[in-house]
Amino acid sequence: MSEVKKFLYVNRKAPYGTIYALESLEVVLIGAAFEQDVRLAFVDDGVFQLTKGQSTDGIGVKNFSPTFRALGDYDVNKLYVERESLEERGLSEDDLQEITYEDEDDDWEEKPSIHIISRAEMADVMADADVVLSF
Amino acid sequence: MSTLHTVNKSPFATQALISCLNHAKAGDAILMIEDGVYGGLGGTGLTEIIAEFGKNVSLYVLSPDLAARGVDAGRLIGGIEGVDYSGFVDLVAKHDRTQAWL
Amino acid sequence: MAYQVNGQTVEHDEEGYITNLGDWSKELAEVIAEAEEIEMDDERWEVVNFLREYYDEYQIAPAVRVLIKALKKSMGPEKGNNKYMYELFPYGPAKQACKIAGLPKPTGCV
Repeated sequence: MSEVKKFLYVNRKAPYGTIYALESLEVVLIGAAFEQDVRLAFVDDGVFQLTKGQSTDGIGVKNFSPTFRALGDYDVNKLYVERESLEERGLSEDDLQEITYEDEDDDWEEKPSIHIISRAEMADVMADADVVLSF
Repeated sequence: MSTLHTVNKSPFATQALISCLNHAKAGDAILMIEDGVYGGLGGTGLTEIIAEFGKNVSLYVLSPDLAARGVDAGRLIGGIEGVDYSGFVDLVAKHDRTQAWL
Repeated sequence: MAYQVNGQTVEHDEEGYITNLGDWSKELAEVIAEAEEIEMDDERWEVVNFLREYYDEYQIAPAVRVLIKALKKSMGPEKGNNKYMYELFPYGPAKQACKIAGLPKPTGCV
């Protein structure tokens, strides 16, 4: 395996109106096999992807929000959510589902994967990536 | 370390350009392509905001996309530079990463 | 293309994955296993049941390494390893165990 790179997946679309959100999640899951340093950013309407209580029975498409909770199993445990994007949409951290991972290096302690960060911090996260994949 | 941002939607239709400007760092470049080139127009409701941000970043438009839409380069905000496809490639090569704003 | 279970017809795709997840039953699992030339025993049921529970909770079939890591945690290293998994399902847990469990073909399955 060559050197580990920082891959940042930037999610800026709401979940069901377009295919972007689902495609992003599938690429993340497939890409996880390559054992790179993976981070997910949720900006603008992308923050809607993580809201709790999604129920798609009535629209005949798959509810993929539970799949975000599996990301920890794939060693994807850095989900950055932009505070300003939440606030602009009348949301707070309480509106998001809980996503955790078990820290292998800390006796499998369960830790939160979601980090709410400011816009300025998000700009830093973006500038820190080796590869940016946009959805 | 710097980033080339590309924006391919009109700022009058989506938040992509504004969001890009909000996250770009000093020294970054923003290349407006496809419908994104409308973001380069002077005399619009967004011109002031874009010109203000443009002080810290370099703004470019993809000239073939501008020409396709019948926009004369003279209508662009001052300081915005037009590039052709090989100029696009040069910009990609010049920066450490490319980030698309869809 | 279809499996026959207790006089019922259950459709599957060209690779043998059932079309409608709701059609699954334990009897059907035995029928799919037979088509795969696999005899279901407690060990194999353990894996198939795990896959179904994982899908129910997360809406995806786990990648092989995720499956193995989870089995290692719940059943110990003698079962949570590649060799054991391929002994149970010679053509791979994704290909065979998921099929028997009635799940869709895993995303980016290895």
